Amino acid sequence: MKKTIYSLVFVLLLSIGLAGCGGSNETNGNGGGDSEGGEASGGTLIFGRGGDSVSLDPASVTDGESFKVTKNIFDTLLDYGDDNTDVQEALAKDWEVSEDGKTYTFTLREGVKFHDGTDFNADAVVYNFERWMNGTEEAFYYYKSMFGGFKGDEGHVIESVTATDDYTVEFKLKRPQAPFLKNIAMSPFAIASPDALEKQGDKFGENPVGTGPFVFDQWSRNDKIVLNKNEDYWMEGYPKLDSVIFRAIPDNSARLNALMAGEIDLMDGLNPSDVQQVEDNPDLQTFFRPSMNVGYLGLTTNRGPLKDKLVRQALNHAVDKQALIDSFYAGQAEPAKNPMPPVIGGYNDEIEPYEYDVEKAKELLKEAGYEDGFEMELWAMPVPRPYMPDGQKVAEVLQKNFAEIGVKAEIKSYEWATYLEKARNGEADSFLLGWTGDNGDADNFLYVLLDQDNIGSNNYTYYENQELHDILIEAQSTPDEEERNKLYAEAQEIIHEDAPWIPLVHSKPALGGKSSIEGFTPHPTGSDKLTKVTIE
Amino acid sequence: MLAYTVRRLLMLIPVLFGMTLIVFFMIRAIPGDPAQVILGQQATEEAIKSLTKQLGLDQPWYLQYVDYIKNLFTGDLGTSLRTSSDISGEIWPYLAATLELSLVAMVIAIFIGVNAGIISAWFQNSWFDYTAMVLALVGVSMPVFWLGLMEQWAFSLELGWLPSTGRENVRNPVEAITHLYLIDTLIQGRMDQFVEVIKHLILPGIALGTIPMAIIARMTRSSMLEVMRSDFVRTARAKGTGMFWVVYKHSLKNAFIPVLTVIGLQMGLLLGGAILTETIFGWPGIGRYIYDAINFRDYPVIQSGILIVAIIFVFINLIVDLLYAAIDPRIKYN
Repeated sequence: MKKTIYSLVFVLLLSIGLAGCGGSNETNGNGGGDSEGGEASGGTLIFGRGGDSVSLDPASVTDGESFKVTKNIFDTLLDYGDDNTDVQEALAKDWEVSEDGKTYTFTLREGVKFHDGTDFNADAVVYNFERWMNGTEEAFYYYKSMFGGFKGDEGHVIESVTATDDYTVEFKLKRPQAPFLKNIAMSPFAIASPDALEKQGDKFGENPVGTGPFVFDQWSRNDKIVLNKNEDYWMEGYPKLDSVIFRAIPDNSARLNALMAGEIDLMDGLNPSDVQQVEDNPDLQTFFRPSMNVGYLGLTTNRGPLKDKLVRQALNHAVDKQALIDSFYAGQAEPAKNPMPPVIGGYNDEIEPYEYDVEKAKELLKEAGYEDGFEMELWAMPVPRPYMPDGQKVAEVLQKNFAEIGVKAEIKSYEWATYLEKARNGEADSFLLGWTGDNGDADNFLYVLLDQDNIGSNNYTYYENQELHDILIEAQSTPDEEERNKLYAEAQEIIHEDAPWIPLVHSKPALGGKSSIEGFTPHPTGSDKLTKVTIE
Repeated sequence: MLAYTVRRLLMLIPVLFGMTLIVFFMIRAIPGDPAQVILGQQATEEAIKSLTKQLGLDQPWYLQYVDYIKNLFTGDLGTSLRTSSDISGEIWPYLAATLELSLVAMVIAIFIGVNAGIISAWFQNSWFDYTAMVLALVGVSMPVFWLGLMEQWAFSLELGWLPSTGRENVRNPVEAITHLYLIDTLIQGRMDQFVEVIKHLILPGIALGTIPMAIIARMTRSSMLEVMRSDFVRTARAKGTGMFWVVYKHSLKNAFIPVLTVIGLQMGLLLGGAILTETIFGWPGIGRYIYDAINFRDYPVIQSGILIVAIIFVFINLIVDLLYAAIDPRIKYN
């Protein structure tokens, strides 16, 4: 019998584990602060996110998780504003544009050094652009997508990049490109150390060297990436933090648990349903990223009843967007009426949204000859995205909305890769999807998502309109902003009338962090520079 | 014995070969284009075409397969489509993380499972027996991700006893040498970190070990009951031998064969259960590595990852079979 008790005690001991060793000491914000030098320690910030980076060579990747890190290792010639996409100085302290919009001259900041100690100068800028121009689409996807191709390609917008002296770089374009400066500020066009590129070759993505506020230290895949303070950063008095650690914790709830337990200091991908819980916690605070996205229901314009504009307008009238926002976005979103969010230059606020009006919808259906409704498929996204936290539930509400006007929607879902492929092939009647802007430019929404050039690529609704196409192409090479915004206003009217989508929401993705974090401003692009952040 | 082992090892070759074949063609049969997934939503038609070509995915399947097998024989597991890194070079840290976790899960499962099974059998139909068996039933049917989140809530948030995610305290990181952190910390004589690493292992270890623990407990119990009805145990008990001796000296060995079989199978299954556990606990193991690869249609990583897991699985089975003979001299392999 004694022995029984012994084994019971054993079992108990084991299940409680070594809990007796006292509390976890991960809860202090300054742990491991062996800061060099006599200054006060700026502390370590641990940023928890949903996935790991693919590579830390920003020119070669397309995923947000990579840019979140590279944005802190590298600088670009120009940068965006703290919470908007207006361009401002960075590695270039000044720039001039010629009358014809075809020559851009950048004056570079002097005395800047790469993390490997080599000098940043005009030659380094030229080296980086030459590297991309001579590349391929597989290697430098964003270069092609933003500058229209590579050396020798018809669509390539950049004719030459030359160093006129040590700190002046001249870009000559083949034709004006309106969003040129906004493109230059994008994360993929960060300036890397030529020396390190030569030395590392293929391994540069695992040993990145830039001029940014933090220096790369180590990366254990799927686990953590460690960056340390760049003591010689060109921005006087910055960065504040000693180090930044990016940790990958895939599950949103588990990541929130880690935040509340003090294992991480800041997290993105906070579920809208968890926002209140974080706000009620005195040790934590919430942040909301300004919206640069749109979540929509695409109506494939070459399928069945959806070919008819009136039917698409009817469906637009059937949806109660505010109810969606209250239920699934914790109120942290605004109803969408255009394919792009209000933060983007050229947004047309004159557009009258399709009001939620069941009667109106029924009338339009009747007019189109579908008085008794019809049947269609409604595809629900299988993965959560900032613009669509729960595709399945949103689909169920839409299904109910449509049922009220006699339209029977059958909800279907596929695994993500399959979903995208089938939608791209035009196999869906209607499908939920969304988009987060790359560079804060209207072209990056309207042309990319709705122009006939992009059918079979990002225009999944197969929507074609020649008039719209002409306007969008003209806008691409109109350097005058006002002129351009007029064109985009017109484009949004056409799209509104043709209703290839039901634009649903522009969401403000939520982040949670310790209440002692200061100086953190989430950026609309989704990747944040942590230069000014401090933590107690 | 040796001849048997060699024969078994030789038999592995066609088994693994067949497995590579099945996996290779199965993953290619899933819809979803790797080039599309890699390039993301923004990709253009041409980009996808040229990437497909560059990755060699435009070749006929049988040629791709022959290439893959040829490379395997030179020890080359291929290159990740997504990260362009060499799989042979990067797979060990993932594998080490999972092995460490599985081992801890299994130690917990075997220790608690076997002992609970023995006590249940000895005090058949007592309150302990009923409670243990109800718990075992609950344990088998509990979704791992729910259990994991509950553990985090209870032990990290409410009680603050144990860390909820990761392998180490990242504010005071372990230097990876073998990537088995328990060993790495000992090599470096860092006892403080060794304790940290153990603390990080407990919650995911319990989450991963719960299902095998329940199965082992039930198996041990039924197996023990059978043995305890046998003559020699009755004799021993009649002689007044204490329970401890009866169980651990006389019965357990005889009851252990079926339990061992279950342990061997569960050990292999752990690698599957690890996907959920690793996701909840932010554990950088091979389960998540393969799972991510499936989502990204990273064919080479899926193929090679599953191959490695399968090799481990068949080796565990072989070891279990050989252990039978060690435990029960009546079993002979010739």
